Amino acid sequence: MILRLALGSLMARALTVGMTILAIALSVTLFLGVEKIRTGARTSFADTISGTDLIVGARSGSVQLLLYSVFRIGNATNNVTWQSYQDIAARPEVDWSVPISLGDSHKQFRVMGTTPEFFDRYQYRGDRSLRFESGSGLSDLYDTVIGADVAATLGYKIGDPIVIAHGLASFTEHDDQPFRIAGILEKTGTPVDRTVIVGLRAIEAIHVDWQSGAKTRNTTPVETIRQMDLTPTAITAALIGTKSRLQIFGLQRWINEYPEEPLLAVMPAVALQELWQIVGIAETALLAVSGMVVMTALLGMMAMIFASLNERRREMAIWRAMGASPATILGLLVLEAMLMAAIGAALGIALIYGLLAITRPYIDASFGIWLPIDPPTLQEASVLAGVILAAAVSSLLPALRAYRLSLADGMVVKI
Amino acid sequence: MRCPAFEIAKGETVLLLGESGSGKSTLLSLICGIVAAQQGHIFVNGTELGGLSAGKRDRFRADQIGVIFQQFNLLPYATVADNIALPLRFAPERQRRAGNMTSVITDLCTALGLPKGAPQMKAGTLSVGQQQRVAVARALIGQPPLIIADEPTSALDAATQAGFLSLLFHQVRSAGTSLLMVSHDARLSEHFDRVVHLTDITSTQRNAT
Repeated sequence: MILRLALGSLMARALTVGMTILAIALSVTLFLGVEKIRTGARTSFADTISGTDLIVGARSGSVQLLLYSVFRIGNATNNVTWQSYQDIAARPEVDWSVPISLGDSHKQFRVMGTTPEFFDRYQYRGDRSLRFESGSGLSDLYDTVIGADVAATLGYKIGDPIVIAHGLASFTEHDDQPFRIAGILEKTGTPVDRTVIVGLRAIEAIHVDWQSGAKTRNTTPVETIRQMDLTPTAITAALIGTKSRLQIFGLQRWINEYPEEPLLAVMPAVALQELWQIVGIAETALLAVSGMVVMTALLGMMAMIFASLNERRREMAIWRAMGASPATILGLLVLEAMLMAAIGAALGIALIYGLLAITRPYIDASFGIWLPIDPPTLQEASVLAGVILAAAVSSLLPALRAYRLSLADGMVVKI
Repeated sequence: MRCPAFEIAKGETVLLLGESGSGKSTLLSLICGIVAAQQGHIFVNGTELGGLSAGKRDRFRADQIGVIFQQFNLLPYATVADNIALPLRFAPERQRRAGNMTSVITDLCTALGLPKGAPQMKAGTLSVGQQQRVAVARALIGQPPLIIADEPTSALDAATQAGFLSLLFHQVRSAGTSLLMVSHDARLSEHFDRVVHLTDITSTQRNAT
């Protein structure tokens, strides 16, 4: 009956109570939204590469190596010579290795030179492998395979010719050696979607007439190039798989101490962890800000209860006359606050799911972050409980005032 | 305020006359156990209120006393039935005395001339006269030995007043309940067993505060 009366009392003040609940709901939505995007981004990042034990590149920072080799963010400071790569690939611990050569671009997308083995070895989101939506892998020297986003953005289909530009954001194009689109990959939600993949030898081929980053006057005919030895002299990085996980550390040490050339080998998971430590501060700040928004909403509720106290003194006098103790009055106000918070938080949770369902495709398209819609977890439940608890605590102040008022007023309201 | 001696017998109806500011509210608060007496004793139905803690006095009030205010007696957002049952929530003994709540509330509403279906209506939608009658039903439910009414008719017009009083007295007499009504209106005297002037039983000392 008390619960029914409390609900009735809230309903009677539908407008102010509604606004308060809305404020709580929106703050909870914001809080959960930040949390969802945070975890979504993390999983999305963590899901980008799997099955690779080590990434090898020129010596720099491990985060930097991870960023440019896997996420195509930033640039390599140096290359790895083909000889060093051969030495590493020949190590007994190495099960497979895939070289990567970066540095050229096509429109806004980066071009990656690699070997056909890349399509078998690269895994993401657990153990998923790359799959072709149409076409097939690299067979000819001038074949290219493009990611789903490249195809969607530029409207490419199998057989279309494309020309690769030298360097990034450059106006010099390798227009003397056009490529043909041989395959389009299925969407993965990884940077592969935004990559133009060509053969490692093709990268050599388009640079035959280039020296020190500038094109020479000669134009070697394509037929001649095809006859040439196109073994690269250097690569940007390499993905390595070991025969046993136990050998990773040994191999990593061997590479890091490689005497011929300064090299760096990192485990993707460890480098990601390091990345989180950097991003973590911003994440925590964001979470703190959204937590404060929740607090603000609860403060608003507290102000609303305070403001309503005077006009409710009559009501409290009735309760008192009927035998309610001042403690009951206090409990009643706390109960009302908890009800408001519960409804608000539940509404907020419903809202975040609705928003997720609507905005998920856009977020995926614009940021490449696939936010999962899971059934409400323990986390949501704890947010709900936390908000209700915080509401109970913050309502204590006005409730204590009501306690004192009702003690002083008794059955007679003196205003 | 001093009150040397004042007594109401079981089943007696008493009109307490007094101007506003003469200490009526204080006396009622004392009898209801909301305020504790600084000296002396107050007995309600044989229990000395001074011997009870504040919480026990609250429960005692719920159990033993029905209260009717001048106006705004009801929680406007609650149904008539919930309003009538409200004191029972705090007094399990009185709830047992009341018996089957639904039928008792319906009977009381009918006896007090409230429209059919009134128990399910929101109290705020009733007229002032009807609200006062709901307040009477609430005071009567579970037959408390004492009903205290603080100028219950002052918000009503003359015609409604007469009807209200006769209903109130009929119910009070048939329940055998004592009634203490406070008013400044001497014209009500004819209905009561006894009329007492507040100035005759109390002397008020106003400390400069």
